[in-house]
Amino acid sequence: MDDKSLRPRSKQWYWLFLLPFIGTLWPPFYAHERPIVAGFPFLYWYLLVWVLLVGIISAIVFAITG
Amino acid sequence: MNWSAFIVFVILFALVTVVGFWAARWRKADLTLLEEWGLAGRRFGSFITWFLIGGDLYTAYTFIAVPGLVYGAGVTGFFAVPYTIVVFPIMFVVMPRLWSVCQANGYVTPADFVRGRFDSRGLSLAIAITGILATLPYIALQLLGIQVVLEAMGVTGTGIMHDLPLIIAFGILAAYTYTSGLRAPATTAVIKDTLIYITVIVALIVIPARLGGFGHIFAVANTHLLAAPKPASIFLGPKGYWAFSTLALGSAFALLMYPHAITGVLASKGQTAIKRNAVFLPLYSILLLFIAMFGYFALAAGIHTKVSSLVVPLLLLKEFPSWFAGFAFAAIAIGALVPASIMSIAASNLWTRNIYKEYVNPTATTADESRVAKLVSLVVKLGAVIFVVALPLVYAINLQLLGGIWILQTLPAVMLGLYTRWFHRSALLIGWLVGMVIGTVMAASQGFVSIFPLQLGGLVLPVYAAVWATLANLLVSVVLTWIFNAVKMARGVDATTPAQYQDVAAGSIGA
Repeated sequence: MDDKSLRPRSKQWYWLFLLPFIGTLWPPFYAHERPIVAGFPFLYWYLLVWVLLVGIISAIVFAITG
Repeated sequence: MNWSAFIVFVILFALVTVVGFWAARWRKADLTLLEEWGLAGRRFGSFITWFLIGGDLYTAYTFIAVPGLVYGAGVTGFFAVPYTIVVFPIMFVVMPRLWSVCQANGYVTPADFVRGRFDSRGLSLAIAITGILATLPYIALQLLGIQVVLEAMGVTGTGIMHDLPLIIAFGILAAYTYTSGLRAPATTAVIKDTLIYITVIVALIVIPARLGGFGHIFAVANTHLLAAPKPASIFLGPKGYWAFSTLALGSAFALLMYPHAITGVLASKGQTAIKRNAVFLPLYSILLLFIAMFGYFALAAGIHTKVSSLVVPLLLLKEFPSWFAGFAFAAIAIGALVPASIMSIAASNLWTRNIYKEYVNPTATTADESRVAKLVSLVVKLGAVIFVVALPLVYAINLQLLGGIWILQTLPAVMLGLYTRWFHRSALLIGWLVGMVIGTVMAASQGFVSIFPLQLGGLVLPVYAAVWATLANLLVSVVLTWIFNAVKMARGVDATTPAQYQDVAAGSIGA
């Protein structure tokens, strides 16, 4: 990376962005029916939670690295 | 003819028309400059950018096609959710770099960047043509969104009368895009999203209550899906894993390579605005998840249709009073206008900068560029109308599917090019060609389906064809780069400098 030497510390937080990839692109984690929440089978509310989490993770990275 | 729905629809459509023309005076600047017409002067803050990119990515076609897919194929259609989850981290990391290098060098299109970075007219032309080819069917499909809601309201006729309302709607769109440039979709996107959010929230409150709650909806939908001639399910089985995740991953990277997405990003005033948007754009993904649920709502509500694009309109007509159905239809139609406008601007920018100026009139002034881009935006929309009116719809759908595969083939040059100049320009060009051919052949061989089951030894991997094609593209690019470097083939001169990719700390630019 061209700018690693210029801002070495802040970019490390970008590794947090691997979490949503692992969490949502590996179906064996969530392709289940149970537990059901508010009528939603697991897969559906699990993905909904990840939508919120990805926003939170981005917000954290944004707050730290600007 | 459903008059109360139609009257509400016409009133909202008129409002958007007024705003679209008014946009030319908003943040007034010299619209004879391409920077102003095509990128609105790169001055949009976080708030407007949110609407612009949201309007860009969540199109009428999305609102019609995703529930339509869920209605027929069940959980498979929900790949759109992980897709719109992982797309934003990619945007957060990659797009500020693209913005920064483009701003520093006055680049308007991704092909401009590739031209400067790799000093290659051929590669730049390939990127521009891919972008235009991928965008045109996408614009045509936005028309489908307008067409289905008009049909659902009973606006029908024979011959030219059948297509007249559609032609009028697109004529208005073409006129205000011509006069206001990117300012038009940016302002009308605010109306579009307000209508869409209201529609979805009301639908979520009203429809599940009428249909006996979410638990019941899932159960009934599953029964219907299992009993269908081509059985599907609301549950994802191991056989569907590969398709589900590769569609999500491939689509996420493809989305950010689309010219209209890049135009939206480049029009923002800075890296901070882009990152802030990566934080807040997932709000649309919540919306998308619930819109996908409309497919199950329709199954539970007993909607029967063979035409998947009619699933949502029929559901809205059945479950809402007709005036509110008109409101929802306006939301969908305006949801078609906003992205169609941005897409036509993005395609015009590519044509003007990377084909017209590069090959037709190298001495073109900025005023010439803007004039040509405006005219091309009209031509592009005219082409889209002809496409939809004169040809079977399946052409546009198949081409849009291919477009997603094609646009991903620009990733090595555009996205990896932001990080490294290691690749040889000729290797990237040949890799692109290989990816285009392989992706097209794979999709066509399955009868225009995105998933290609590749046999590897004893293992059959059903993976999104765009992903296979991109892997081939990368492999060829890497191997040929080694070879071309070994034989010392000329690499050209990089017009960009490392500092131009630099992240700017918050506050310095466009806080």
